[in-house]
Amino acid sequence: MAAIKALSSTGRASSKRIRFFKRVSVRRFIHSFVVYAVLIGLGIIVMMPLSWMLTAALRGRGEPVFTIPVSWFPTNSFHFENFWIILTNDAYPLWRPLMNTVLLVVLNITGVVLSNTLVAYAFARLNFPGKDAMFRLVILTMLMPGVVLFIPSFLLFHTLGWYNTYLPLFVPSFFGAPFYIFITRQYMRSFPKDLDDAALIDGATRLDIYRRIILPLSLPVIIVMTVFTFGDVWNDFTGPLIYLNDASKFTLAIALTYFRKSTFASGVSTTNLVMAAALLSTIPMLILYFSLQNKLIGGISNVGLKG
Amino acid sequence: MTNLVQRFIFPKLSGLQRREAISAYLFLMPWFIGFLMFLVVPIGMAVYSAFTRWVLISPPPVWIGIANFREMFTTDKYFTWSLGITLKYMAMTLIPLMIIGLSLSLLLNQKLRGMNFLRTVFYVPAVVSGVAVTILWISLLDPQMGAVNTVLRELGVQNPPRWINSPDWALPSLALMSLWGVGGGAIIYLAGLQNIPPHLYEAAEIDGANSWQKFWKITIPMLSPTIFFVLITGLIGSFQVFTPAYIMGGTSRFGAGSKYMRFYLLHVYIKGFQEGRLGYASALAWILTILSAIVVIIVYNSSERYVYYEKSGEGQG
Repeated sequence: MAAIKALSSTGRASSKRIRFFKRVSVRRFIHSFVVYAVLIGLGIIVMMPLSWMLTAALRGRGEPVFTIPVSWFPTNSFHFENFWIILTNDAYPLWRPLMNTVLLVVLNITGVVLSNTLVAYAFARLNFPGKDAMFRLVILTMLMPGVVLFIPSFLLFHTLGWYNTYLPLFVPSFFGAPFYIFITRQYMRSFPKDLDDAALIDGATRLDIYRRIILPLSLPVIIVMTVFTFGDVWNDFTGPLIYLNDASKFTLAIALTYFRKSTFASGVSTTNLVMAAALLSTIPMLILYFSLQNKLIGGISNVGLKG
Repeated sequence: MTNLVQRFIFPKLSGLQRREAISAYLFLMPWFIGFLMFLVVPIGMAVYSAFTRWVLISPPPVWIGIANFREMFTTDKYFTWSLGITLKYMAMTLIPLMIIGLSLSLLLNQKLRGMNFLRTVFYVPAVVSGVAVTILWISLLDPQMGAVNTVLRELGVQNPPRWINSPDWALPSLALMSLWGVGGGAIIYLAGLQNIPPHLYEAAEIDGANSWQKFWKITIPMLSPTIFFVLITGLIGSFQVFTPAYIMGGTSRFGAGSKYMRFYLLHVYIKGFQEGRLGYASALAWILTILSAIVVIIVYNSSERYVYYEKSGEGQG
């Protein structure tokens, strides 16, 4: 009771201040209202295309996809079997391209994680003559735009007889990528040097230290590389476009464009199936990003800050 | 024996250092091989092939000197055209998207309830990028039936644009699609904004600065390294537009290699892989590389004037 009395008396004493705070809070209220209104409005606009895509993807056979007014939300038609149809239909099944893409993703992730952690380990934790010059070379090559190698890489792989195989699409990943070497090295530099020394005294080899100590500690940066590589390979269009010739070897990105063409050529409106296929191809990326979102952001900021 | 070799290679190092160096080189082996095989060799081939007539179906390549480069400026009617398309698109998107992305990130940086969810909403288009998004937008922008034009007609626009089927609206179609993914850039600015120490704003408030002054005197200078990063990557990226132009152009009524979406890299692709003239395509690629290098170097060198790097011992690695 005494406390309340004390409060009310101090309240009266500083009523001026309270009025000031009220004015501020009204302003703040208007401010947050405007921010919310703009962001929610824009957010709805940004989500509309995806919502339309889902609506179209769930349409049944022969149902109109392009309607007036536009059907933005899936309300009456839920043909989930469309996702099964696009994978297994007789005309252009996407099952095979999906599996091809998964294979390439797995191979590339293996290559990227293995090669870049090995190389970064040497740059981060070992001393050797020429280290600085070599690392400068890594940074220099990191800045090089991919366009330079567009044609000559093709000439090289064609000369090697790798045309129309998966080799050009995954072998390079086993030989290190400057950007990944850079971020992994930055991360690995942040562990105390005593770790290596203690292990060496206990008789461990460098390979043991890499495998048993450094690699497990580098999990955050490995996750970052995995997600980036997944996205790059999953969405890669130019690589498969240039190097693959057999339809049976196509990846999802390439097969999607052919799938679209083949369904249009057949004369029946199958926009619903095209949208289902497009939607299906985005789902793994969405799942990956949002399941690893926290780890990813933690990983990226750590990689950026440490070193 | 190995000891002898080791002592021969690094006479100045102690035994322990020598062993460390040798294991380091073994760890670096993937990079050594990759550097040689997938960088030095292709660059060598790029230099050589640019001066040859290298047709895939009838090897071997023939040395023709600078004839490829002469052809670009004389008989190739799409060389300057495709360069123009690339630059026009760059002018249309680079700076406007940077400003929109920055504005969006300022809104998303407000400390309000539910902000994480809103950030995610704007980031989704950047995550789902790729062929699927282009296919989606081809449907949305369909001149007769697409959702965009249906909405425009409802809003009273009599003759909505014919988008990818129109010479004038082909590039804006692509720009609209990249505008949709602007949240990806906003997230980068957002990371930069959150690294600005709050005490700077507190100090400015005590000195009586208003929001406008705080934005120009604190936010912009502190964010300038991020802005610079986005500018450089955006510049390099817009020299290399390919996939959306290839797919959209291919479905427009102008067909594959549509003149109105013939970006420079698409021109390189058509010359190299559709006409099979890899030597000429290689020469074209060099021009693009040199051009983008010049632009990046100019921007980079002028950056000292407007990019503010905080001088502190930590951070920068």
